[in-house]
Amino acid sequence: MRGGGLEIATNRGHNLARSNYWVVTMLCFEDFKPGHLGRFGPRRITREEILAFAAEFDPQPMHLDEGAASRSMLKGLSASGWHLCSIIMRMMFDGFIGRTASLGSPGVNELRWLAPLRPGDEVTLDIEVTEARVSRSRPTTGIVMFKAVASNAAGQALCEMVSPIIVQRRDDIALGQAG
Amino acid sequence: MRFFEDIKVGQRRELGSFTFTADSIKKFAAQFDPQRFHLDEEEGRRSLFGGLAASGWHVASACMKLLVQEGQHLAREAAARGEEVVAWGPSPGFRDLRWIRPVLAGDTISFATEVQSLRPSASKPEWAVVEARHTGTNQRGELVFSVLATAFVPRRNDMAGRR
Repeated sequence: MRGGGLEIATNRGHNLARSNYWVVTMLCFEDFKPGHLGRFGPRRITREEILAFAAEFDPQPMHLDEGAASRSMLKGLSASGWHLCSIIMRMMFDGFIGRTASLGSPGVNELRWLAPLRPGDEVTLDIEVTEARVSRSRPTTGIVMFKAVASNAAGQALCEMVSPIIVQRRDDIALGQAG
Repeated sequence: MRFFEDIKVGQRRELGSFTFTADSIKKFAAQFDPQRFHLDEEEGRRSLFGGLAASGWHVASACMKLLVQEGQHLAREAAARGEEVVAWGPSPGFRDLRWIRPVLAGDTISFATEVQSLRPSASKPEWAVVEARHTGTNQRGELVFSVLATAFVPRRNDMAGRR
Protein backbone atom coordinates (compact mmCIF):
# COMPACT_ATOMS: atom_id res chain seq x y z
CA MET A 1 0.00 0.00 0.00
CA ARG A 2 2.32 2.63 -1.32
CA GLY A 3 1.88 6.12 0.11
CA GLY A 4 -1.66 5.37 1.29
CA GLY A 5 -1.55 7.68 4.28
CA LEU A 6 -0.35 10.57 2.16
CA GLU A 7 -3.28 10.38 -0.27
CA ILE A 8 -5.85 10.38 2.53
CA ALA A 9 -4.28 13.47 3.99
CA THR A 10 -4.18 15.52 0.81
CA ASN A 11 -7.83 14.79 0.03
CA ARG A 12 -9.09 15.65 3.45
CA GLY A 13 -10.92 18.80 4.46
CA HIS A 14 -10.82 20.56 1.07
CA ASN A 15 -13.93 22.56 1.96
CA LEU A 16 -12.48 24.12 5.11
CA ALA A 17 -12.13 27.87 5.40
CA ARG A 18 -9.06 29.55 3.97
CA SER A 19 -7.73 30.22 7.48
CA ASN A 20 -7.34 26.48 7.82
CA TYR A 21 -4.90 26.27 4.90
CA TRP A 22 -2.27 24.72 7.18
CA VAL A 23 -4.67 21.98 8.33
CA VAL A 24 -5.69 21.09 4.80
CA THR A 25 -2.29 21.04 3.18
CA MET A 26 -0.05 19.70 5.91
CA LEU A 27 0.15 16.11 7.10
CA CYS A 28 -0.64 15.95 10.79
CA PHE A 29 -0.25 13.33 13.49
CA GLU A 30 -3.59 11.76 12.56
CA ASP A 31 -2.31 10.98 9.05
CA PHE A 32 0.43 8.65 10.27
CA LYS A 33 -0.82 5.12 10.91
CA PRO A 34 1.39 2.07 11.45
CA GLY A 35 2.31 0.49 8.11
CA HIS A 36 4.25 1.29 4.94
CA LEU A 37 4.13 5.04 4.36
CA GLY A 38 5.89 5.25 1.04
CA ARG A 39 8.85 4.58 -1.21
CA PHE A 40 10.86 7.62 -2.24
CA GLY A 41 13.57 8.26 -4.82
CA PRO A 42 15.54 6.97 -6.56
CA ARG A 43 18.18 9.62 -6.08
CA ARG A 44 21.49 9.25 -7.90
CA ILE A 45 24.56 10.09 -5.81
CA THR A 46 27.56 11.42 -7.72
CA ARG A 47 31.26 11.02 -6.95
CA GLU A 48 31.50 14.83 -6.68
CA GLU A 49 28.84 14.92 -3.94
CA ILE A 50 30.60 12.13 -2.03
CA LEU A 51 33.98 13.87 -2.24
CA ALA A 52 32.55 17.29 -1.29
CA PHE A 53 30.78 16.00 1.83
CA ALA A 54 33.79 13.94 2.89
CA ALA A 55 36.17 16.87 2.40
CA GLU A 56 34.04 19.05 4.67
CA PHE A 57 32.92 16.63 7.40
CA ASP A 58 34.62 13.23 7.17
CA PRO A 59 38.00 13.49 5.43
CA GLN A 60 39.05 9.86 5.94
CA PRO A 61 41.02 8.36 3.03
CA MET A 62 38.32 5.71 2.43
CA HIS A 63 35.89 8.52 1.50
CA LEU A 64 38.35 10.70 -0.47
CA ASP A 65 41.05 8.65 -2.16
CA GLU A 66 40.51 5.75 -4.59
CA GLY A 67 43.82 4.08 -3.75
CA ALA A 68 43.39 4.18 0.01
CA ALA A 69 39.72 3.25 -0.35
CA SER A 70 40.54 0.13 -2.37
CA ARG A 71 42.80 -1.05 0.48
CA SER A 72 40.17 -0.34 3.15
CA MET A 73 37.64 -2.79 4.61
CA LEU A 74 35.02 -1.32 2.25
CA LYS A 75 37.20 -2.12 -0.83
CA GLY A 76 36.53 1.00 -2.87
CA LEU A 77 35.45 4.63 -2.58
CA SER A 78 32.34 5.01 -0.42
CA ALA A 79 30.34 7.90 0.98
CA SER A 80 30.64 8.95 4.62
CA GLY A 81 27.92 7.29 6.67
CA TRP A 82 26.91 10.76 7.87
CA HIS A 83 26.50 11.81 4.25
CA LEU A 84 24.11 8.89 3.73
CA CYS A 85 22.20 9.99 6.87
CA SER A 86 21.95 13.50 5.45
CA ILE A 87 20.78 12.15 2.07
CA ILE A 88 18.11 10.09 3.86
CA MET A 89 17.01 13.26 5.68
CA ARG A 90 16.67 15.11 2.38
CA MET A 91 14.76 12.24 0.78
CA MET A 92 12.42 12.15 3.79
CA PHE A 93 11.95 15.92 3.49
CA ASP A 94 11.13 15.69 -0.22
CA GLY A 95 8.99 12.61 0.35
CA PHE A 96 6.78 13.77 3.21
CA ILE A 97 8.41 15.81 5.98
CA GLY A 98 8.32 18.94 3.81
CA ARG A 99 4.51 18.80 3.95
CA THR A 100 4.22 17.50 7.49
CA ALA A 101 3.47 19.71 10.51
CA SER A 102 6.75 18.45 11.95
CA LEU A 103 8.27 20.03 15.03
CA GLY A 104 11.59 18.21 14.70
CA SER A 105 13.08 15.02 16.07
CA PRO A 106 14.54 14.25 19.50
CA GLY A 107 17.01 11.74 18.10
CA VAL A 108 17.65 8.37 16.50
CA ASN A 109 17.10 5.14 18.45
CA GLU A 110 19.29 3.03 16.23
CA LEU A 111 21.08 3.32 12.91
CA ARG A 112 22.98 0.63 11.07
CA TRP A 113 25.25 1.17 8.07
CA LEU A 114 24.87 -2.16 6.26
CA ALA A 115 26.72 -1.67 2.95
CA PRO A 116 28.79 1.12 1.40
CA LEU A 117 27.17 3.87 -0.70
CA ARG A 118 29.21 4.04 -3.94
CA PRO A 119 29.57 6.82 -6.52
CA GLY A 120 26.74 6.52 -9.07
CA ASP A 121 24.46 4.52 -6.76
CA GLU A 122 20.74 5.22 -7.01
CA VAL A 123 19.25 5.36 -3.54
CA THR A 124 15.65 4.37 -2.83
CA LEU A 125 14.10 5.02 0.57
CA ASP A 126 11.33 2.94 2.15
CA ILE A 127 9.56 4.45 5.13
CA GLU A 128 7.44 2.49 7.54
CA VAL A 129 5.54 3.94 10.49
CA THR A 130 6.10 1.53 13.38
CA GLU A 131 4.23 3.44 16.07
CA ALA A 132 2.20 6.63 16.49
CA ARG A 133 1.13 7.90 19.89
CA VAL A 134 0.08 11.16 21.51
CA SER A 135 2.86 12.81 23.49
CA ARG A 136 2.39 12.64 27.24
CA SER A 137 4.53 15.67 27.97
CA ARG A 138 3.08 17.79 25.12
CA PRO A 139 -0.46 16.52 24.38
CA THR A 140 -0.96 18.89 21.44
CA THR A 141 1.58 16.80 19.55
CA GLY A 142 2.15 13.18 18.68
CA ILE A 143 5.26 11.05 18.37
CA VAL A 144 5.57 9.11 15.13
CA MET A 145 8.21 6.39 15.07
CA PHE A 146 9.71 5.59 11.67
CA LYS A 147 11.83 2.84 10.28
CA ALA A 148 13.72 4.04 7.20
CA VAL A 149 15.58 1.66 4.90
CA ALA A 150 17.82 3.06 2.16
CA SER A 151 18.67 0.64 -0.66
CA ASN A 152 20.72 0.74 -3.86
CA ALA A 153 19.45 -0.15 -7.35
CA ALA A 154 20.34 -3.81 -6.78
CA GLY A 155 17.95 -3.83 -3.82
CA GLN A 156 20.77 -4.16 -1.30
CA ALA A 157 20.00 -2.36 1.97
CA LEU A 158 22.64 0.32 2.69
CA CYS A 159 21.29 1.77 5.91
CA GLU A 160 18.49 1.16 8.38
CA MET A 161 17.32 3.78 10.84
CA VAL A 162 14.68 3.90 13.59
CA SER A 163 13.81 7.44 14.64
CA PRO A 164 10.87 9.41 16.05
CA ILE A 165 9.57 12.75 14.83
CA ILE A 166 7.23 15.06 16.72
CA VAL A 167 4.16 16.00 14.71
CA GLN A 168 1.41 18.51 15.45
CA ARG A 169 -2.09 17.10 16.00
CA ARG A 170 -4.70 18.33 13.52
CA ASP A 171 -7.37 19.14 16.10
CA ASP A 172 -4.93 21.30 17.97
CA ILE A 173 -3.93 23.27 14.88
CA ALA A 174 -7.57 23.78 13.85
CA LEU A 175 -8.54 25.06 17.31
CA GLY A 176 -5.48 27.27 17.49
CA GLN A 177 -6.26 28.96 14.19
CA ALA A 178 -10.01 29.30 14.73
CA GLY A 179 -9.48 31.94 17.39
CA MET B 1 45.10 6.05 14.87
CA ARG B 2 45.40 3.85 17.89
CA PHE B 3 45.19 0.09 17.95
CA PHE B 4 42.73 -1.94 20.00
CA GLU B 5 45.52 -2.66 22.47
CA ASP B 6 46.05 1.07 23.17
CA ILE B 7 42.40 1.78 24.00
CA LYS B 8 40.94 1.49 27.50
CA VAL B 9 37.34 1.74 28.68
CA GLY B 10 36.78 5.15 30.26
CA GLN B 11 39.38 6.94 28.13
CA ARG B 12 38.11 10.42 27.28
CA ARG B 13 39.36 12.84 24.65
CA GLU B 14 38.34 16.45 24.08
CA LEU B 15 37.85 16.96 20.36
CA GLY B 16 37.76 20.77 20.13
CA SER B 17 34.87 22.99 19.19
CA PHE B 18 32.76 24.00 16.20
CA THR B 19 30.88 27.29 15.80
CA PHE B 20 27.58 27.15 13.92
CA THR B 21 27.19 30.40 12.02
CA ALA B 22 23.82 31.35 10.52
CA ASP B 23 25.34 30.97 7.06
CA SER B 24 26.69 27.47 7.72
CA ILE B 25 23.36 26.38 9.27
CA LYS B 26 21.43 27.59 6.21
CA LYS B 27 23.92 26.13 3.74
CA PHE B 28 23.73 22.66 5.28
CA ALA B 29 19.95 22.88 5.63
CA ALA B 30 19.42 24.03 2.04
CA GLN B 31 21.23 20.93 0.84
CA PHE B 32 20.05 18.26 3.26
CA ASP B 33 17.31 19.42 5.64
CA PRO B 34 15.34 22.39 4.32
CA GLN B 35 12.79 22.51 7.15
CA ARG B 36 11.71 26.10 7.74
CA PHE B 37 13.27 26.40 11.21
CA HIS B 38 16.71 25.50 9.76
CA LEU B 39 16.53 28.11 6.96
CA ASP B 40 14.97 31.25 8.37
CA GLU B 41 15.56 33.21 11.60
CA GLU B 42 11.91 34.25 12.01
CA GLU B 43 10.60 30.71 11.42
CA GLY B 44 13.18 29.47 13.89
CA ARG B 45 12.01 31.93 16.55
CA ARG B 46 8.40 30.76 16.08
CA SER B 47 9.40 27.08 16.33
CA LEU B 48 10.02 24.93 19.41
CA PHE B 49 13.72 25.74 18.95
CA GLY B 50 13.34 29.47 19.64
CA GLY B 51 15.82 30.57 16.99
CA LEU B 52 17.55 29.60 13.76
CA ALA B 53 18.53 26.01 14.61
CA ALA B 54 21.12 23.76 12.99
CA SER B 55 19.91 20.50 11.46
CA GLY B 56 20.63 17.62 13.81
CA TRP B 57 22.55 16.00 10.99
CA HIS B 58 24.71 19.12 10.74
CA VAL B 59 25.54 18.77 14.45
CA ALA B 60 26.35 15.06 14.02
CA SER B 61 28.49 15.77 10.95
CA ALA B 62 30.41 18.49 12.81
CA CYS B 63 31.12 15.94 15.56
CA MET B 64 32.46 13.53 12.92
CA LYS B 65 34.64 16.31 11.47
CA LEU B 66 36.27 16.89 14.85
CA LEU B 67 36.68 13.15 15.50
CA VAL B 68 38.54 12.76 12.19
CA GLN B 69 40.66 15.86 12.90
CA GLU B 70 41.62 14.49 16.31
CA GLY B 71 42.39 11.07 14.81
CA GLN B 72 44.65 12.66 12.20
CA HIS B 73 46.37 14.72 14.87
CA LEU B 74 47.07 11.56 16.93
CA ALA B 75 48.30 9.78 13.79
CA ARG B 76 50.78 12.58 13.04
CA GLU B 77 52.07 12.42 16.61
CA ALA B 78 52.45 8.63 16.41
CA ALA B 79 54.28 8.93 13.08
CA ALA B 80 56.63 11.53 14.60
CA ARG B 81 57.48 9.04 17.34
CA GLY B 82 58.24 6.44 14.66
CA GLU B 83 55.21 4.31 15.50
CA GLU B 84 53.13 2.45 12.97
CA VAL B 85 50.07 4.42 11.81
CA VAL B 86 46.96 2.65 10.59
CA ALA B 87 43.70 3.84 9.10
CA TRP B 88 40.40 3.61 10.99
CA GLY B 89 37.94 0.97 10.04
CA PRO B 90 34.39 1.82 9.08
CA SER B 91 31.50 2.03 11.54
CA PRO B 92 28.64 -0.47 11.62
CA GLY B 93 26.33 2.16 13.12
CA PHE B 94 25.21 3.90 16.29
CA ARG B 95 22.51 3.85 18.96
CA ASP B 96 20.80 6.34 21.24
CA LEU B 97 21.57 9.50 19.28
CA ARG B 98 19.95 12.41 21.13
CA TRP B 99 19.49 16.00 20.03
CA ILE B 100 19.02 17.22 23.57
CA ARG B 101 18.88 20.99 23.07
CA PRO B 102 18.73 23.08 19.92
CA VAL B 103 22.01 24.35 18.45
CA LEU B 104 21.27 27.93 17.43
CA ALA B 105 23.12 30.35 15.16
CA GLY B 106 26.22 31.62 16.96
CA ASP B 107 26.50 28.63 19.32
CA THR B 108 29.92 27.06 19.82
CA ILE B 109 29.75 23.36 20.60
CA SER B 110 32.65 21.52 22.27
CA PHE B 111 32.74 17.84 21.46
CA ALA B 112 34.28 15.00 23.46
CA THR B 113 34.39 11.22 23.24
CA GLU B 114 34.63 8.54 25.92
CA VAL B 115 35.22 4.81 25.37
CA GLN B 116 32.31 2.74 26.74
CA SER B 117 33.18 -0.81 25.71
CA LEU B 118 35.77 -2.74 23.76
CA ARG B 119 35.82 -6.28 22.36
CA PRO B 120 37.52 -8.30 19.63
CA SER B 121 35.35 -8.69 16.52
CA ALA B 122 33.79 -12.16 16.32
CA SER B 123 33.69 -12.19 12.52
CA LYS B 124 36.86 -10.24 11.65
CA PRO B 125 39.86 -11.50 13.68
CA GLU B 126 42.18 -8.64 12.66
CA TRP B 127 39.70 -6.08 14.01
CA ALA B 128 38.12 -5.11 17.31
CA VAL B 129 34.88 -3.23 17.98
CA VAL B 130 34.96 -0.11 20.12
CA GLU B 131 31.85 1.63 21.42
CA ALA B 132 32.23 5.29 22.39
CA ARG B 133 29.85 7.98 23.66
CA HIS B 134 30.39 11.21 21.73
CA THR B 135 28.91 14.35 23.30
CA GLY B 136 28.50 18.00 22.40
CA THR B 137 28.25 20.81 24.98
CA ASN B 138 27.39 24.43 24.22
CA GLN B 139 29.13 27.60 25.46
CA ARG B 140 26.82 27.65 28.52
CA GLY B 141 27.91 24.16 29.54
CA GLU B 142 24.61 22.54 28.47
CA LEU B 143 24.69 19.10 26.89
CA VAL B 144 23.16 19.43 23.40
CA PHE B 145 24.16 16.24 21.59
CA SER B 146 24.99 12.67 22.51
CA VAL B 147 25.47 9.45 20.54
CA LEU B 148 26.71 5.96 21.32
CA ALA B 149 28.78 5.11 18.25
CA THR B 150 30.48 1.88 17.22
CA ALA B 151 33.61 1.53 15.10
CA PHE B 152 36.10 -1.08 13.97
CA VAL B 153 39.69 -0.54 15.16
CA PRO B 154 42.68 -2.65 14.06
CA ARG B 155 44.41 -5.10 16.42
CA ARG B 156 48.14 -4.73 16.82
CA ASN B 157 48.78 -8.37 17.73
CA ASP B 158 47.36 -9.56 14.49
CA MET B 159 49.30 -7.00 12.45
CA ALA B 160 52.48 -8.21 14.11
CA GLY B 161 51.54 -11.82 13.43
CA ARG B 162 51.18 -11.18 9.71
CA ARG B 163 54.66 -9.82 9.24
